[in-house]
Amino acid sequence: MQSLSNRAKKLEKKPMTLAERAYLPAIFQGLSITLRHFFSKKATIRYPEETRPFSPVFRGLHVLKRDEQGRERCTACGLCAVACPAEAITMVAGERKKGEEGLYREEKYAVSYEINMLRCIFCGLCEEACPKAAVYLQADKMAPPRFERDEFIYGKDRLVEPVAPDTRSKRGIQLTPEQAQALNAKLAQPA
Amino acid sequence: MELPVLGWQALVILVVFGISLLIATYSTYAERVIAAFLQDRVGPDRAGPFGLLQPLADAVKLFTKEEFFPAGANRALFVFGPCLAMVTALMASAVIPFGNYLQFGTTIIHLQGIEVNIGMLYVFGVVSLGVYGIMIGGWASNNKFSLLGAIRAASQNISYELAMGMALIAVLMMSGTLSLREITLQQSVPGEWHFWNIVKQPLGFIIFIVCAFAETNRTPFDLPECETELVGGYHTEYSSMKMGLYLFAEYINVFVASAVMSVLYFGGFNFPFQYELREAIAQSQGAVTAQNIITILGVVAVFIKIFSFIFFFMWVRWTLPRFRYDQLMRLGWTILIPLAIFNIILTGGLILLHVIK
Repeated sequence: MQSLSNRAKKLEKKPMTLAERAYLPAIFQGLSITLRHFFSKKATIRYPEETRPFSPVFRGLHVLKRDEQGRERCTACGLCAVACPAEAITMVAGERKKGEEGLYREEKYAVSYEINMLRCIFCGLCEEACPKAAVYLQADKMAPPRFERDEFIYGKDRLVEPVAPDTRSKRGIQLTPEQAQALNAKLAQPA
Repeated sequence: MELPVLGWQALVILVVFGISLLIATYSTYAERVIAAFLQDRVGPDRAGPFGLLQPLADAVKLFTKEEFFPAGANRALFVFGPCLAMVTALMASAVIPFGNYLQFGTTIIHLQGIEVNIGMLYVFGVVSLGVYGIMIGGWASNNKFSLLGAIRAASQNISYELAMGMALIAVLMMSGTLSLREITLQQSVPGEWHFWNIVKQPLGFIIFIVCAFAETNRTPFDLPECETELVGGYHTEYSSMKMGLYLFAEYINVFVASAVMSVLYFGGFNFPFQYELREAIAQSQGAVTAQNIITILGVVAVFIKIFSFIFFFMWVRWTLPRFRYDQLMRLGWTILIPLAIFNIILTGGLILLHVIK
Protein backbone atom coordinates (compact mmCIF):
# COMPACT_ATOMS: atom_id res chain seq x y z
CA MET A 1 0.00 0.00 0.00
CA GLN A 2 1.21 3.47 -0.86
CA SER A 3 2.20 5.43 2.20
CA LEU A 4 0.62 8.91 2.24
CA SER A 5 2.88 10.45 4.85
CA ASN A 6 6.12 8.86 3.66
CA ARG A 7 6.90 8.11 7.28
CA ALA A 8 6.07 4.45 7.21
CA LYS A 9 9.06 2.24 7.88
CA LYS A 10 9.44 -1.04 6.15
CA LEU A 11 10.28 -3.74 8.66
CA GLU A 12 12.18 -6.75 7.53
CA LYS A 13 12.48 -9.89 9.54
CA LYS A 14 16.05 -11.05 9.25
CA PRO A 15 16.88 -14.66 10.00
CA MET A 16 18.47 -14.98 13.42
CA THR A 17 22.21 -15.29 13.64
CA LEU A 18 23.80 -18.33 15.25
CA ALA A 19 24.50 -16.40 18.47
CA GLU A 20 20.87 -15.36 18.67
CA ARG A 21 19.64 -18.87 18.06
CA ALA A 22 22.01 -20.35 20.61
CA TYR A 23 20.24 -18.15 23.17
CA LEU A 24 23.00 -18.43 25.75
CA PRO A 25 24.70 -15.09 24.90
CA ALA A 26 21.39 -13.34 25.48
CA ILE A 27 21.04 -15.13 28.80
CA PHE A 28 24.47 -13.98 29.92
CA GLN A 29 23.65 -10.45 28.81
CA GLY A 30 20.53 -10.53 30.95
CA LEU A 31 22.42 -12.00 33.88
CA SER A 32 25.02 -9.23 33.69
CA ILE A 33 22.26 -6.61 33.74
CA THR A 34 20.66 -8.05 36.85
CA LEU A 35 24.03 -8.50 38.54
CA ARG A 36 24.76 -4.81 38.03
CA HIS A 37 21.54 -4.07 39.86
CA PHE A 38 22.72 -6.29 42.71
CA PHE A 39 25.33 -3.68 43.57
CA SER A 40 23.38 -0.57 42.71
CA LYS A 41 21.91 1.82 45.23
CA LYS A 42 18.65 0.67 46.76
CA ALA A 43 15.61 2.84 46.29
CA THR A 44 13.99 1.60 49.49
CA ILE A 45 13.28 3.96 52.38
CA ARG A 46 12.90 2.16 55.70
CA TYR A 47 9.76 4.07 56.50
CA PRO A 48 9.22 4.35 60.22
CA GLU A 49 12.91 5.06 60.81
CA GLU A 50 13.52 7.14 57.70
CA THR A 51 11.11 9.50 56.03
CA ARG A 52 11.23 10.90 52.56
CA PRO A 53 11.80 14.69 52.57
CA PHE A 54 8.83 16.73 51.43
CA SER A 55 9.06 18.57 48.16
CA PRO A 56 9.89 22.30 48.53
CA VAL A 57 6.45 23.25 47.21
CA PHE A 58 4.59 20.90 49.54
CA ARG A 59 1.62 22.43 51.38
CA GLY A 60 0.42 20.58 54.40
CA LEU A 61 -1.65 21.03 57.50
CA HIS A 62 -2.99 24.50 58.30
CA VAL A 63 -1.98 26.56 61.28
CA LEU A 64 -3.53 29.76 62.64
CA LYS A 65 -0.67 32.02 63.56
CA ARG A 66 -0.25 34.28 66.55
CA ASP A 67 1.52 37.62 66.47
CA GLU A 68 4.75 38.40 68.27
CA GLN A 69 2.87 39.10 71.51
CA GLY A 70 1.09 35.81 71.39
CA ARG A 71 -2.30 37.16 70.29
CA GLU A 72 -4.34 35.41 67.62
CA ARG A 73 -3.97 37.20 64.32
CA CYS A 74 -7.22 36.00 62.80
CA THR A 75 -9.97 38.60 62.66
CA ALA A 76 -12.60 36.31 61.19
CA CYS A 77 -12.94 38.39 58.07
CA GLY A 78 -13.95 35.30 56.10
CA LEU A 79 -11.75 35.98 53.07
CA CYS A 80 -10.16 32.57 53.39
CA ALA A 81 -13.56 30.92 53.37
CA VAL A 82 -14.50 32.91 50.27
CA ALA A 83 -11.25 32.04 48.55
CA CYS A 84 -11.51 28.35 49.38
CA PRO A 85 -12.51 26.47 46.20
CA ALA A 86 -13.52 23.41 48.19
CA GLU A 87 -15.55 25.37 50.73
CA ALA A 88 -13.81 23.63 53.55
CA ILE A 89 -13.53 26.61 55.90
CA THR A 90 -16.29 27.87 58.17
CA MET A 91 -16.05 30.36 61.01
CA VAL A 92 -18.15 32.31 63.51
CA ALA A 93 -17.00 35.84 64.28
CA GLY A 94 -17.25 37.39 67.74
CA GLU A 95 -16.44 40.70 69.41
CA ARG A 96 -13.50 40.97 71.75
CA LYS A 97 -14.51 41.73 75.33
CA LYS A 98 -12.66 43.93 77.75
CA GLY A 99 -9.74 42.17 79.34
CA GLU A 100 -9.18 39.89 76.33
CA GLU A 101 -6.71 42.25 74.64
CA GLY A 102 -3.89 39.84 75.36
CA LEU A 103 -5.79 37.03 73.56
CA TYR A 104 -6.92 38.57 70.30
CA ARG A 105 -5.17 41.14 68.20
CA GLU A 106 -8.19 43.03 66.85
CA GLU A 107 -11.66 43.78 68.13
CA LYS A 108 -13.14 41.06 65.99
CA TYR A 109 -11.98 37.50 66.36
CA ALA A 110 -12.99 33.98 65.40
CA VAL A 111 -15.10 32.34 68.07
CA SER A 112 -14.92 29.15 66.11
CA TYR A 113 -12.83 28.34 63.08
CA GLU A 114 -13.17 24.99 61.39
CA ILE A 115 -11.46 23.42 58.42
CA ASN A 116 -12.78 20.15 57.04
CA MET A 117 -9.66 18.27 56.06
CA LEU A 118 -11.68 15.82 54.01
CA ARG A 119 -12.78 18.62 51.74
CA CYS A 120 -9.58 20.62 51.77
CA ILE A 121 -7.46 20.28 48.64
CA PHE A 122 -4.43 22.00 50.19
CA CYS A 123 -4.29 24.54 47.36
CA GLY A 124 -3.04 27.35 49.59
CA LEU A 125 -5.55 29.93 48.36
CA CYS A 126 -6.64 30.66 51.96
CA GLU A 127 -3.06 31.48 52.78
CA GLU A 128 -2.90 33.86 49.83
CA ALA A 129 -6.24 35.44 50.66
CA CYS A 130 -5.54 36.15 54.33
CA PRO A 131 -4.90 39.91 54.85
CA LYS A 132 -3.69 39.38 58.42
CA ALA A 133 -1.10 36.69 57.66
CA ALA A 134 -2.98 34.43 60.06
CA VAL A 135 -3.47 31.17 58.17
CA TYR A 136 -0.53 29.20 56.86
CA LEU A 137 -0.09 25.79 55.35
CA GLN A 138 2.85 24.12 57.04
CA ALA A 139 5.43 22.58 54.75
CA ASP A 140 6.36 19.74 57.09
CA LYS A 141 3.07 18.38 58.46
CA MET A 142 0.31 16.31 56.98
CA ALA A 143 -3.19 15.81 58.31
CA PRO A 144 -2.73 12.44 60.04
CA PRO A 145 -5.05 9.53 59.31
CA ARG A 146 -8.05 9.05 61.62
CA PHE A 147 -10.75 6.47 62.04
CA GLU A 148 -13.83 8.73 62.23
CA ARG A 149 -14.96 11.29 59.70
CA ASP A 150 -15.74 13.98 62.27
CA GLU A 151 -12.19 13.80 63.53
CA PHE A 152 -11.14 15.43 60.28
CA ILE A 153 -12.96 18.64 61.11
CA TYR A 154 -10.20 20.66 62.68
CA GLY A 155 -11.34 23.32 65.15
CA LYS A 156 -9.41 26.10 66.76
CA ASP A 157 -8.10 23.66 69.33
CA ARG A 158 -6.04 21.95 66.70
CA LEU A 159 -5.40 24.83 64.32
CA VAL A 160 -4.23 27.71 66.48
CA GLU A 161 -0.52 27.84 66.96
CA PRO A 162 0.30 26.93 70.54
CA VAL A 163 1.75 29.69 72.69
CA ALA A 164 4.37 27.34 73.95
CA PRO A 165 4.57 23.63 74.09
CA ASP A 166 2.70 21.92 76.94
CA THR A 167 0.41 24.90 77.57
CA ARG A 168 -2.21 23.82 75.14
CA SER A 169 -5.04 21.65 76.26
CA LYS A 170 -6.85 19.28 73.97
CA ARG A 171 -10.13 20.89 74.97
CA GLY A 172 -9.12 24.15 73.34
CA ILE A 173 -8.67 26.26 76.45
CA GLN A 174 -6.52 29.18 75.42
CA LEU A 175 -4.01 30.68 77.81
CA THR A 176 -2.98 34.30 77.72
CA PRO A 177 0.70 34.85 77.02
CA GLU A 178 1.20 35.86 80.65
CA GLN A 179 -0.46 32.71 81.91
CA ALA A 180 1.58 30.64 79.49
CA GLN A 181 4.79 32.30 80.55
CA ALA A 182 4.02 31.65 84.18
CA LEU A 183 3.20 28.04 83.42
CA ASN A 184 6.37 27.57 81.39
CA ALA A 185 8.46 29.02 84.15
CA LYS A 186 6.79 26.69 86.61
CA LEU A 187 7.42 23.71 84.38
CA ALA A 188 11.04 24.70 83.81
CA GLN A 189 11.74 24.74 87.56
CA PRO A 190 13.17 21.52 88.91
CA ALA A 191 10.63 19.68 90.96
CA MET B 1 36.65 -42.30 71.26
CA GLU B 2 35.97 -46.00 70.75
CA LEU B 3 32.68 -45.49 69.01
CA PRO B 4 31.86 -48.11 66.42
CA VAL B 5 32.12 -46.83 62.85
CA LEU B 6 28.37 -47.08 62.45
CA GLY B 7 27.92 -44.64 65.32
CA TRP B 8 30.12 -42.06 63.66
CA GLN B 9 28.37 -42.58 60.36
CA ALA B 10 24.97 -42.15 62.01
CA LEU B 11 26.20 -38.87 63.46
CA VAL B 12 27.47 -37.77 60.04
CA ILE B 13 24.13 -38.65 58.45
CA LEU B 14 22.27 -36.62 61.06
CA VAL B 15 24.61 -33.69 60.51
CA VAL B 16 24.18 -33.94 56.74
CA PHE B 17 20.39 -33.93 57.08
CA GLY B 18 20.57 -31.06 59.53
CA ILE B 19 22.78 -29.05 57.20
CA SER B 20 20.48 -29.75 54.25
CA LEU B 21 17.49 -28.53 56.22
CA LEU B 22 19.31 -25.49 57.55
CA ILE B 23 20.55 -24.49 54.12
CA ALA B 24 17.08 -24.99 52.65
CA THR B 25 15.64 -22.82 55.42
CA TYR B 26 18.04 -20.03 54.79
CA SER B 27 17.70 -20.44 51.03
CA THR B 28 14.19 -19.06 51.40
CA TYR B 29 15.68 -16.03 53.13
CA ALA B 30 18.51 -15.77 50.61
CA GLU B 31 16.05 -16.00 47.76
CA ARG B 32 14.13 -13.01 49.05
CA VAL B 33 17.23 -10.97 49.75
CA ILE B 34 18.75 -11.76 46.35
CA ALA B 35 15.47 -11.04 44.59
CA ALA B 36 15.29 -7.73 46.41
CA PHE B 37 18.87 -6.79 45.62
CA LEU B 38 18.48 -7.62 41.95
CA GLN B 39 15.43 -5.37 41.91
CA ASP B 40 17.04 -2.48 43.83
CA ARG B 41 15.10 -3.25 46.99
CA VAL B 42 16.26 -4.15 50.48
CA GLY B 43 14.25 -7.29 51.18
CA PRO B 44 13.27 -8.69 54.57
CA ASP B 45 14.90 -6.64 57.32
CA ARG B 46 12.33 -6.52 60.11
CA ALA B 47 12.57 -9.91 61.85
CA GLY B 48 15.80 -9.92 63.82
CA PRO B 49 19.10 -8.37 62.70
CA PHE B 50 19.04 -8.02 58.88
CA GLY B 51 15.79 -10.00 58.95
CA LEU B 52 17.67 -13.19 59.80
CA LEU B 53 14.73 -14.57 61.79
CA GLN B 54 12.49 -14.28 58.74
CA PRO B 55 12.50 -18.07 58.08
CA LEU B 56 11.31 -18.57 61.66
CA ALA B 57 8.50 -16.08 61.12
CA ASP B 58 7.57 -17.85 57.89
CA ALA B 59 7.55 -21.20 59.66
CA VAL B 60 5.27 -19.88 62.42
CA LYS B 61 2.96 -18.47 59.80
CA LEU B 62 2.83 -21.71 57.82
CA PHE B 63 2.28 -23.87 60.90
CA THR B 64 -0.55 -21.72 62.24
CA LYS B 65 -2.44 -21.42 58.98
CA GLU B 66 -5.63 -23.38 58.36
CA GLU B 67 -5.24 -26.96 57.18
CA PHE B 68 -7.51 -27.25 54.20
CA PHE B 69 -8.64 -30.39 52.44
CA PRO B 70 -10.57 -29.88 49.20
CA ALA B 71 -13.83 -31.78 48.80
CA GLY B 72 -13.33 -35.04 46.94
CA ALA B 73 -9.60 -35.11 47.61
CA ASN B 74 -7.94 -38.37 48.48
CA ARG B 75 -6.96 -37.47 52.02
CA ALA B 76 -4.25 -40.07 52.48
CA LEU B 77 -2.53 -39.28 49.19
CA PHE B 78 -3.06 -35.58 49.78
CA VAL B 79 -0.92 -35.78 52.89
CA PHE B 80 1.46 -38.31 51.39
CA GLY B 81 2.40 -36.12 48.41
CA PRO B 82 4.30 -33.35 50.21
CA CYS B 83 5.90 -35.89 52.56
CA LEU B 84 7.23 -37.85 49.59
CA ALA B 85 8.54 -34.71 47.93
CA MET B 86 10.34 -33.78 51.13
CA VAL B 87 11.75 -37.24 51.88
CA THR B 88 13.09 -37.85 48.39
CA ALA B 89 14.66 -34.40 48.32
CA LEU B 90 16.42 -35.06 51.62
CA MET B 91 17.52 -38.60 50.76
CA ALA B 92 19.67 -37.51 47.84
CA SER B 93 21.94 -35.49 50.13
CA ALA B 94 23.07 -38.68 51.89
CA VAL B 95 25.62 -39.77 49.28
CA ILE B 96 27.23 -36.41 48.64
CA PRO B 97 30.81 -36.25 49.89
CA PHE B 98 31.13 -32.99 51.78
CA GLY B 99 34.74 -33.63 52.66
CA ASN B 100 37.48 -36.21 52.49
CA TYR B 101 38.00 -37.80 55.92
CA LEU B 102 38.95 -36.81 59.44
CA GLN B 103 41.30 -38.95 61.46
CA PHE B 104 41.27 -39.18 65.26
CA GLY B 105 43.79 -41.75 66.40
CA THR B 106 42.70 -44.90 64.65
CA THR B 107 39.16 -43.69 63.91
CA ILE B 108 38.60 -42.46 60.38
CA ILE B 109 35.41 -40.52 59.72
CA HIS B 110 34.36 -40.03 56.14
CA LEU B 111 32.44 -36.79 55.79
CA GLN B 112 29.76 -38.40 53.71
CA GLY B 113 26.44 -39.87 54.77
CA ILE B 114 26.90 -43.21 53.06
CA GLU B 115 29.62 -44.25 50.67
CA VAL B 116 28.03 -46.44 48.01
CA ASN B 117 29.84 -47.32 44.84
CA ILE B 118 26.74 -46.48 42.83
CA GLY B 119 26.37 -42.99 44.33
CA MET B 120 25.41 -41.20 41.13
CA LEU B 121 22.89 -43.88 40.22
CA TYR B 122 21.37 -43.51 43.69
CA VAL B 123 21.05 -39.74 43.24
CA PHE B 124 19.34 -40.23 39.89
CA GLY B 125 17.02 -42.84 41.31
CA VAL B 126 15.97 -40.71 44.26
CA VAL B 127 15.60 -37.56 42.18
CA SER B 128 13.38 -39.47 39.76
CA LEU B 129 11.23 -40.53 42.70
CA GLY B 130 10.79 -36.87 43.53
CA VAL B 131 8.37 -36.48 40.66
CA TYR B 132 6.00 -38.84 42.49
CA GLY B 133 5.58 -36.23 45.21
CA ILE B 134 4.42 -33.69 42.68
CA MET B 135 2.37 -36.20 40.70
CA ILE B 136 0.55 -37.54 43.77
CA GLY B 137 -0.03 -34.02 45.05
CA GLY B 138 -1.54 -32.93 41.77
CA TRP B 139 -3.67 -36.06 41.50
CA ALA B 140 -4.93 -36.12 45.08
CA SER B 141 -6.01 -32.47 44.97
CA ASN B 142 -8.97 -33.35 42.72
CA ASN B 143 -8.34 -30.17 40.81
CA LYS B 144 -7.81 -30.05 37.06
CA PHE B 145 -5.27 -27.25 37.22
CA SER B 146 -3.26 -29.19 39.75
CA LEU B 147 -3.46 -32.32 37.62
CA LEU B 148 -2.26 -30.42 34.55
CA GLY B 149 0.61 -28.99 36.56
CA ALA B 150 1.54 -32.43 37.82
CA ILE B 151 1.43 -33.89 34.30
CA ARG B 152 3.64 -31.10 33.08
CA ALA B 153 6.05 -31.72 35.92
CA ALA B 154 6.17 -35.42 35.14
CA SER B 155 6.79 -35.01 31.42
CA GLN B 156 9.30 -32.24 32.04
CA ASN B 157 11.27 -34.28 34.55
CA ILE B 158 11.30 -37.34 32.29
CA SER B 159 12.44 -35.31 29.27
CA TYR B 160 15.23 -33.55 31.05
CA GLU B 161 16.39 -36.57 32.99
CA LEU B 162 17.33 -38.19 29.70
CA ALA B 163 19.56 -35.32 28.63
CA MET B 164 20.94 -35.05 32.14
CA GLY B 165 21.86 -38.72 32.25
CA MET B 166 23.50 -38.53 28.86
CA ALA B 167 25.53 -35.48 29.86
CA LEU B 168 26.61 -37.43 32.88
CA ILE B 169 27.61 -40.48 30.85
CA ALA B 170 30.43 -38.45 29.33
CA VAL B 171 31.75 -37.79 32.83
CA LEU B 172 31.39 -41.43 33.77
CA MET B 173 33.27 -42.48 30.63
CA MET B 174 36.25 -40.55 31.93
CA SER B 175 35.98 -41.54 35.58
CA GLY B 176 34.98 -45.17 35.11
CA THR B 177 33.09 -45.17 38.40
CA LEU B 178 29.69 -44.14 39.75
CA SER B 179 30.96 -43.36 43.24
CA LEU B 180 30.78 -39.65 43.92
CA ARG B 181 33.74 -39.88 46.26
CA GLU B 182 35.86 -41.56 43.63
CA ILE B 183 34.86 -39.00 41.01
CA THR B 184 35.86 -36.22 43.39
CA LEU B 185 39.21 -37.78 44.20
CA GLN B 186 39.97 -38.29 40.52
CA GLN B 187 39.59 -34.57 39.96
CA SER B 188 42.78 -33.79 41.77
CA VAL B 189 46.25 -34.78 40.78
CA PRO B 190 49.16 -33.85 43.03
CA GLY B 191 50.91 -30.81 41.62
CA GLU B 192 48.03 -29.92 39.38
CA TRP B 193 44.75 -28.47 40.55
CA HIS B 194 42.98 -27.57 37.31
CA PHE B 195 41.87 -31.10 36.65
CA TRP B 196 38.27 -30.36 37.44
CA ASN B 197 35.80 -31.94 35.08
CA ILE B 198 34.47 -28.56 33.96
CA VAL B 199 37.71 -28.11 31.98
CA LYS B 200 37.22 -31.41 30.16
CA GLN B 201 33.43 -31.29 29.92
CA PRO B 202 32.26 -27.70 29.31
CA LEU B 203 29.46 -28.75 26.96
CA GLY B 204 28.37 -31.52 29.28
CA PHE B 205 28.26 -29.08 32.16
CA ILE B 206 26.03 -26.63 30.28
CA ILE B 207 23.63 -29.45 29.41
CA PHE B 208 23.74 -30.68 32.98
CA ILE B 209 23.03 -27.31 34.55
CA VAL B 210 20.13 -26.59 32.18
CA CYS B 211 18.67 -29.98 33.06
CA ALA B 212 19.28 -29.33 36.74
CA PHE B 213 17.16 -26.20 36.48
CA ALA B 214 14.40 -28.23 34.85
CA GLU B 215 14.70 -31.07 37.36
CA THR B 216 14.36 -28.75 40.34
CA ASN B 217 11.41 -26.97 38.69
CA ARG B 218 13.14 -23.62 38.95
CA THR B 219 12.61 -20.69 36.65
CA PRO B 220 12.87 -20.62 33.63
CA PHE B 221 11.53 -24.19 33.81
CA ASP B 222 8.89 -23.75 36.54
CA LEU B 223 6.03 -24.69 34.25
CA PRO B 224 4.43 -27.05 36.82
CA GLU B 225 3.48 -24.05 38.97
CA CYS B 226 2.92 -21.57 36.17
CA GLU B 227 0.45 -19.24 37.82
CA THR B 228 -0.53 -17.41 34.66
CA GLU B 229 -1.84 -20.60 33.11
CA LEU B 230 -2.43 -23.01 35.97
CA VAL B 231 -3.44 -20.84 38.95
CA GLY B 232 -0.80 -22.36 41.24
CA GLY B 233 0.04 -25.57 39.43
CA TYR B 234 0.30 -28.84 41.32
CA HIS B 235 0.05 -27.16 44.72
CA THR B 236 -3.00 -25.01 43.99
CA GLU B 237 -5.06 -26.79 46.65
CA TYR B 238 -2.35 -26.98 49.27
CA SER B 239 -2.29 -24.76 52.31
CA SER B 240 -0.29 -24.24 55.48
CA MET B 241 2.72 -26.49 56.11
CA LYS B 242 1.83 -28.99 53.36
CA MET B 243 2.34 -26.18 50.91
CA GLY B 244 5.45 -25.20 52.87
CA LEU B 245 6.86 -28.72 52.48
CA TYR B 246 6.56 -28.52 48.70
CA LEU B 247 8.33 -25.18 48.60
CA PHE B 248 10.88 -26.45 51.09
CA ALA B 249 11.51 -29.58 49.02
CA GLU B 250 12.29 -27.34 46.07
CA TYR B 251 15.01 -25.58 48.05
CA ILE B 252 16.48 -28.87 49.23
CA ASN B 253 16.49 -29.98 45.60
CA VAL B 254 18.34 -26.81 44.66
CA PHE B 255 20.86 -27.54 47.39
CA VAL B 256 21.33 -31.14 46.25
CA ALA B 257 21.61 -30.13 42.60
CA SER B 258 24.22 -27.53 43.53
CA ALA B 259 26.12 -30.09 45.57
CA VAL B 260 26.03 -32.67 42.76
CA MET B 261 27.25 -30.11 40.25
CA SER B 262 30.11 -28.98 42.43
CA VAL B 263 31.12 -32.59 43.04
CA LEU B 264 30.80 -33.75 39.43
CA TYR B 265 32.22 -30.75 37.61
CA PHE B 266 33.98 -28.48 40.08
CA GLY B 267 36.15 -30.87 42.00
CA GLY B 268 34.02 -31.20 45.13
CA PHE B 269 36.23 -30.84 48.17
CA ASN B 270 39.37 -30.25 46.13
CA PHE B 271 40.75 -26.76 46.08
CA PRO B 272 43.78 -25.14 44.44
CA PHE B 273 47.21 -25.76 45.96
CA GLN B 274 45.91 -28.28 48.49
CA TYR B 275 48.90 -30.62 48.05
CA GLU B 276 51.43 -27.83 48.52
CA LEU B 277 49.54 -26.68 51.60
CA ARG B 278 49.38 -30.19 53.01
CA GLU B 279 53.12 -30.64 52.52
CA ALA B 280 53.78 -27.35 54.32
CA ILE B 281 51.55 -28.26 57.28
CA ALA B 282 52.77 -31.85 57.43
CA GLN B 283 56.35 -30.73 57.91
CA SER B 284 55.54 -28.77 61.06
CA GLN B 285 52.43 -30.47 62.46
CA GLY B 286 52.58 -34.05 61.23
CA ALA B 287 50.70 -35.89 58.51
CA VAL B 288 47.50 -36.57 60.47
CA THR B 289 46.93 -32.96 61.48
CA ALA B 290 47.72 -31.85 57.94
CA GLN B 291 45.12 -34.27 56.56
CA ASN B 292 42.49 -33.02 59.04
CA ILE B 293 43.18 -29.36 58.26
CA ILE B 294 43.04 -29.99 54.52
CA THR B 295 39.78 -31.91 54.99
CA ILE B 296 38.20 -29.04 56.91
CA LEU B 297 39.38 -26.55 54.30
CA GLY B 298 37.93 -28.91 51.69
CA VAL B 299 34.54 -28.79 53.45
CA VAL B 300 34.72 -25.00 53.31
CA ALA B 301 35.64 -25.21 49.63
CA VAL B 302 32.74 -27.49 48.76
CA PHE B 303 30.29 -25.26 50.57
CA ILE B 304 31.62 -22.16 48.82
CA LYS B 305 31.01 -23.95 45.52
CA ILE B 306 27.53 -25.03 46.61
CA PHE B 307 26.57 -21.52 47.75
CA SER B 308 27.81 -20.07 44.48
CA PHE B 309 25.54 -22.46 42.60
CA ILE B 310 22.59 -21.69 44.86
CA PHE B 311 23.22 -18.02 44.18
CA PHE B 312 23.33 -18.77 40.48
CA PHE B 313 19.99 -20.60 40.67
CA MET B 314 18.42 -17.56 42.31
CA TRP B 315 20.17 -15.10 40.03
CA VAL B 316 18.75 -16.88 36.99
CA ARG B 317 15.33 -17.06 38.56
CA TRP B 318 15.12 -13.28 38.92
CA THR B 319 16.51 -12.66 35.43
CA LEU B 320 14.82 -14.96 32.95
CA PRO B 321 11.14 -15.32 32.15
CA ARG B 322 9.77 -18.85 31.95
CA PHE B 323 9.65 -20.79 28.72
CA ARG B 324 6.48 -21.66 26.91
CA TYR B 325 5.69 -25.34 27.29
CA ASP B 326 6.31 -26.25 23.66
CA GLN B 327 9.62 -24.36 23.79
CA LEU B 328 10.55 -26.31 26.88
CA MET B 329 9.82 -29.61 25.20
CA ARG B 330 11.62 -28.60 22.00
CA LEU B 331 14.68 -27.53 23.97
CA GLY B 332 14.76 -30.80 25.84
CA TRP B 333 14.17 -33.24 23.04
CA THR B 334 15.55 -31.61 19.91
CA ILE B 335 18.48 -29.66 21.32
CA LEU B 336 19.75 -30.97 24.64
CA ILE B 337 19.49 -34.70 23.92
CA PRO B 338 21.25 -34.51 20.51
CA LEU B 339 23.86 -32.23 22.06
CA ALA B 340 24.38 -34.70 24.87
CA ILE B 341 24.80 -37.55 22.39
CA PHE B 342 27.27 -35.44 20.43
CA ASN B 343 29.12 -34.79 23.67
CA ILE B 344 29.32 -38.51 24.37
CA ILE B 345 30.76 -39.17 20.91
CA LEU B 346 33.20 -36.29 21.28
CA THR B 347 34.34 -37.51 24.68
CA GLY B 348 34.72 -41.05 23.37
CA GLY B 349 36.82 -39.79 20.47
CA LEU B 350 39.04 -37.70 22.71
CA ILE B 351 39.55 -40.59 25.11
CA LEU B 352 40.43 -42.81 22.16
CA LEU B 353 43.01 -40.28 21.01
CA HIS B 354 44.37 -39.96 24.58
CA VAL B 355 43.62 -36.22 24.65
CA ILE B 356 41.75 -36.60 27.94
CA LYS B 357 41.72 -39.39 30.41
